[in-house]
Amino acid sequence: MTETVPVVDMQGISIAFPGVKALDGVDFRLFPGEVHALLGENGAGKSTLIKALTGVYAVDDGTITVMGTRQSFATPAAAQAAGISTVYQEVNLCPNLSVEENILLGREPRRRGGIHWRNVRRRAEEVLEQLQLGHIDPRSVLSSHSIAIQQLVAIARAMQVDARVLILDEPTSSLDADEVQQLFSVIRTLRDRGVAILFVSHFLEQVYEVSDRMTVLRNGRLVGEYLTPDLPRMGLISKMIGKELDALAELEEAESRRHPDRTQEVPFLRAEGLGRKGSVRDVTVTVHAGEILGLAGLLGSGRTETARLLFGADRADQGQLSIGGTARTLRTPRSAIDRGIAFSSENRKEEGLIGDLSVRDNLILALQAGKGWWRRVPRTTQDELAERFIRALDIRPSNKDSLIRDLSGGNQQKVLLARWLITDPKLLILDEPTRGIDIGAKTQIQKLISSLAADGMSVVFISAELEEVLRLSDHIAILKDRQMVADIPNDGVTMEDVMTVIAGTNA
Amino acid sequence: MSVLTRTPAPLDRSRLSRLQGRARYAPTLATVGLFLAMFAVGAAMYPGFLSGQVFLNLLIDNTFLIVLAVGMTFVILTGGIDLSVGSVVALSMMIAASLLQAGWNPVAMIALVLLTGATFGLLMGLVIQVFEIQPFIVTLAGLFLARGLCYVISVDSITVTDPFFTSMAQARIPLVGKLFVSPGVVIALLVVAVAFYVLHQTRFGRTVYAIGGGESSALLMGLAVPRTKVLVYGISGVCSSIAGILFSFYSLSGYSLAATGLELDAIAAVVVGGTLLTGGYGYVLGSLAGVLVLGIVQTFISYEGTLSSWWTRIVIGALLLAFILLQKLFTRKVRLT
Repeated sequence: MTETVPVVDMQGISIAFPGVKALDGVDFRLFPGEVHALLGENGAGKSTLIKALTGVYAVDDGTITVMGTRQSFATPAAAQAAGISTVYQEVNLCPNLSVEENILLGREPRRRGGIHWRNVRRRAEEVLEQLQLGHIDPRSVLSSHSIAIQQLVAIARAMQVDARVLILDEPTSSLDADEVQQLFSVIRTLRDRGVAILFVSHFLEQVYEVSDRMTVLRNGRLVGEYLTPDLPRMGLISKMIGKELDALAELEEAESRRHPDRTQEVPFLRAEGLGRKGSVRDVTVTVHAGEILGLAGLLGSGRTETARLLFGADRADQGQLSIGGTARTLRTPRSAIDRGIAFSSENRKEEGLIGDLSVRDNLILALQAGKGWWRRVPRTTQDELAERFIRALDIRPSNKDSLIRDLSGGNQQKVLLARWLITDPKLLILDEPTRGIDIGAKTQIQKLISSLAADGMSVVFISAELEEVLRLSDHIAILKDRQMVADIPNDGVTMEDVMTVIAGTNA
Repeated sequence: MSVLTRTPAPLDRSRLSRLQGRARYAPTLATVGLFLAMFAVGAAMYPGFLSGQVFLNLLIDNTFLIVLAVGMTFVILTGGIDLSVGSVVALSMMIAASLLQAGWNPVAMIALVLLTGATFGLLMGLVIQVFEIQPFIVTLAGLFLARGLCYVISVDSITVTDPFFTSMAQARIPLVGKLFVSPGVVIALLVVAVAFYVLHQTRFGRTVYAIGGGESSALLMGLAVPRTKVLVYGISGVCSSIAGILFSFYSLSGYSLAATGLELDAIAAVVVGGTLLTGGYGYVLGSLAGVLVLGIVQTFISYEGTLSSWWTRIVIGALLLAFILLQKLFTRKVRLT
């Protein structure tokens, strides 16, 4: 591919949020007539980069040049005016209006006496035709179409303003294979017309199918820009996941923990072909007492969905689940908690902690909920428990009355862990317990998890960091495209082994 | 359509979507059907029910409610609510009656009343938009405020003796045969027509629907969301003051306690007329049909004679419930597709 002048040239972009450097000196270019994939694991900085380009976030440092002009977009509208259109993961259209209206809303052709509906239809038909979507009836209501079609309508709307740059943020996450192909043919049509397309997806197969160029980010830094044919899949995955820091080497001691004997007793939890329509399928796992089951897979592969099924947060509609040898159907989290299952969510802020309450109040929450609100946990017991767990988990500041929102991410995570530990669960499901926390806290939490397992607690451990999963788990269940594809005992399994399964084209 | 895309599958899909598109009209058509059915039942049960004038009287007796329901339709289409309308009607009547008593020219007075209604509505809209407060709370405050202002003007009822108003109260516009309507009906239907035009033929109107369909989407699409949201409350305010004037034509007085609870009748009419309380779906013609349904319930009760007027409330309550359930089923179906 010949190097032409980039349409978009971002140089040395840095954006910091309180306490986090979301982007650190990242360069990024978009060329006309090219599909450029932006890749990286969760938290790598993909969406921050997109938001910098579309005017949602202001840039702290660095320059953005669009078609030769230095730009600093203050609003999404300003970016749109400069020819940068974005189609978001969730369709941002009005489901109650017709397709033609959604394409032209706010730009309807008018004549004396109001909107010229015939021209609205004509213009909508033209745009749809150009994208080879002539079969979509412009008069039909948007909500009567599948998400895929709605997504295509959103692209049609973006094209209506004559966009030079089209950003597609996870456009395929809710599409089936045929719909993806339809989307791709539209993407190729636009590419051939000289539009620069920024494509974000966690489906690597799709990235290889449609993209010409890739940029990989990790932890807010640029790993590199590559032409797609030059970077094989394995290379890409290792660049996305990266090598771990040496600081974790000290955890090797915990590694000596013996894998529990699986053959003898009844497993604590056993799932067979567990699944849910639109979520994950084929989840077959066994967790014995004192065992750590790791869930591995890329972002969007169904890790969290699996955890939610095991906890009853989503009700399974396929397969069986047995707990302690008895078949059970978990209808609600309540029934899971009653059977000794605890779930620590990956969204600390939204689904876990209450920022305006103290460490003690947050710690006591699950215990209190389990007892029922009318039997209050006595204040002295609360204080005792809080102090004990603050000491045991080394929560800082070691003040039970400080507010959760003032704690660092790592310490918040410890509080969340402690909350469930107080209830003395038999199975602890941890979804990304180490995400976004510093390396020291990470090590502490990992150690804690292995020592809990050594004491006989079962753990389901989810992490985007493969090395972490490999180090801690006795068994590894591998998920891919919302389906469980393998369950392997962790006897000298290497990162390469797991990556091969994840990268494998024959699922 | 190009030759390439003329395959059977997409055609089927588009026909299907056209059918589903018609589902948008289902609640409104149900209201019209209900009205016709009630009219037919009335005609079968009572002699003299089946006459054009019975129908026209429905309009004559409910002119102010029609206008209120029109303004309320705008607000509810954006997903909001306006509880202040009943009080603004009373306030408009009080201002009208007291100014006429003071010897104002009726035309100047009407202009001032409309301006008051518009200002009142716009101010509530601004508070809702700028401070991001629930419309329910802001317009509830507006309800108390406007009602209180009525008492500031006068605690007692004020009689209107202005010749223009008395002539409007008695005027009959003859139609074919012996049929007639009042001038108020003409005004109310004019308001409906203008509202229909604005909602379907202007960008402002389409933005009203877009906000109801998804406010954040509408914002991302670059539509004038804040301005539109403020304006719908202004429109509702204007409609309330028009309704106040029409009510004055009808009652020839101003009284602080007038039109209490009228906001609830207006909301009921809009909902029965097929507009979704969550916004985005509904038609101003549906709201007109909703008013007629509420009106015919009242006519029924008066024809029955033995029934207490409280039965009107009970029937309206039952109807409202039935229509909310119908809408629930409807939205569930839309979401499934």
